Amino acid sequence: MFERALSGSNRYWAWIFFLLAVIGVGFLAYMKQLNEGLGITGLSRDVSWGFYIAQFTFLVGVAASAVMLVIPYYLHNFKKFGKIVILGEFLAVSAVTMCMLFILVDMGQPMRVLNVVLHPTLNSVMFWDALVLNGYLFLNIIIGWTTLAADQKQVAPPKWVKPLIYLSIPWAVSIHTVTAFLYAGLPGRHLWLTAIMAARFLASAFAGGPAILVLLALLVRKFSKFDPGQEAIQSLAKIVTYAMCANVFFFLLEVFTAFYSGIPGHAHPLVYLFAGLDGHTKLVPWMWTAAVLAFASIALLVNPSTRQNEGTLKIALVGVIIAAWIDKGMGLVIGGFVPNPFERVTEYAPTMPELAITFGVYAVGLLVLTLLYKVAIGVREENGAVEH
Amino acid sequence: MSMNRRQFLKLASVSTILGVGSATAITSLGRGGLEASQASPDPKALKAKRWGFVVDVGMLKTEEDYQKCIDACHNIHNVPTLKNPKHEIKWIWKDDYEHTFPNMAEDKIMNKELQEKNFLLFCNHCANPACVRVCPTQATFKRKSDGIVMQDMHRCIGCRFCMAACPFGARSFNYVDPRKDNAIKVENKEFPTRMIGVVEKCTACYERLAVGKQPACAEASNGAIVFGDLEDPKSEVRKLMAEKYTIRRKPELGTQPSIYYVIGGGEHV
Repeated sequence: MFERALSGSNRYWAWIFFLLAVIGVGFLAYMKQLNEGLGITGLSRDVSWGFYIAQFTFLVGVAASAVMLVIPYYLHNFKKFGKIVILGEFLAVSAVTMCMLFILVDMGQPMRVLNVVLHPTLNSVMFWDALVLNGYLFLNIIIGWTTLAADQKQVAPPKWVKPLIYLSIPWAVSIHTVTAFLYAGLPGRHLWLTAIMAARFLASAFAGGPAILVLLALLVRKFSKFDPGQEAIQSLAKIVTYAMCANVFFFLLEVFTAFYSGIPGHAHPLVYLFAGLDGHTKLVPWMWTAAVLAFASIALLVNPSTRQNEGTLKIALVGVIIAAWIDKGMGLVIGGFVPNPFERVTEYAPTMPELAITFGVYAVGLLVLTLLYKVAIGVREENGAVEH
Repeated sequence: MSMNRRQFLKLASVSTILGVGSATAITSLGRGGLEASQASPDPKALKAKRWGFVVDVGMLKTEEDYQKCIDACHNIHNVPTLKNPKHEIKWIWKDDYEHTFPNMAEDKIMNKELQEKNFLLFCNHCANPACVRVCPTQATFKRKSDGIVMQDMHRCIGCRFCMAACPFGARSFNYVDPRKDNAIKVENKEFPTRMIGVVEKCTACYERLAVGKQPACAEASNGAIVFGDLEDPKSEVRKLMAEKYTIRRKPELGTQPSIYYVIGGGEHV
């Protein structure tokens, strides 16, 4: 089946080589980081996680969002998702791959990564996160590949896949819950110490992930003969709408508790993010961009006429993705570190090598996604959707 | 000698079993040897159920008094002096009341003298340490015998989860190579220097306790830092705590810090 990824148009190969070039640049930057240390990034003693961990957090959500196709299709027999559930599963594979790479490039001593396995530590959330992410990667590779292979042969997938598919549903919830627990269980980080963190993570995941998926489906339709189906796209858009509303609602709950309680420590990170603290305002324009985009895209999504119009739908989805990316990435991670435990402000911004490494990892993810989608689209183009 | 397939397999399997067997024997011998070669603990070693500190900054009068404690620690532990403040490594440092106790700092009309005081800050060696809870490799761990929160710089993978977890900002990460650019002025050969990519912090001078010496900061502090067993009611730290009013940083977080700061003199009690 994989041979489908090895033949393609000139445009396909140009895209592949472009990605390889970006990966190459990222790899060189990473060699520099490996050699000189994380000092080449913008990280500091006070802001000890930054752009890498922000991408990781956002992408775990993208990975988890595959479940928004799996649940309707497999649990509610919603046939319209039959053709594109594979796109969700392969997007999850690509996203989890990037998550793992972002963790790896964030490590000070990546050669020691196996220490996590050699000295398994059940009380560390990071141990569980490594476990659930790996599990989710394998589940999606196995499920996606097996069902696609069955589709190619126009037969029903083997029976043993079904339990794995059902397992993948709580597993998807678990990857994002455990990732939220990385943050939500730390004493003394006011922005993170909130019981609603996991719920917020899931809401933003189920908005941002399916939004990416719809855009990918539209791209697939444009560049291939495989049509994911108008109804599937519109159903996904509705999922994005509900999830984005929940996401914004959950965020406003945080704002209420932080400010109405009047506890200074709880308000400080939010003040820093949206108004600046002690004259430090680096993230303010970003956070307001996210806020405006969130409300504007909700307006476009809630209104049926703009949701059904593909032009405005695309704009709304891009808005959702950018808003979720800022809010759950830089906003969440940096906001947790500012102010620091001494109530002092140290700001953070990624450096050029840090950005190069980040683009490199994204390019790896896009390469994985391209190859997998090429295979899936090839099968779909050949025999259309098989409903089983 | 010619050999058929069957004979070869037999020989191969037997030699494999023997090989594995001898490898096991060598490793177990090695382990035994290591144990036997371990030096017996120094009889002078200081012992406690739970080490703690009482810090009375009222006894530190001048800038130099503070600096002496900091230098004593940083010099023997090869803590580098780095130009970029973002990459700063510090095991013990000085800060004012407002930033040492940020959760109490909103009170602007309290005792002026206290508000203007500087404090010495270092790892709290919490009885319930958040850093230990989150570490995925047990590179940071609480020593069972005496409660010191240790840091194994050779096991640390540099994920910095502990830095996010510590509510006291006690941990530093080696963003740059501390051995480069003459960052360590005079190297103490008795204590390891670090490599890039690992986290480090105060380890309560475990290496000095093992040979019967007080922590370096306490020794250099002229009595401002008193070190002792918090679980022993007869210890000097407990006597001080009975006489004077002491507070800890962020006790509401439940980490049970083991540094007590004296904020009221004995004469008022």
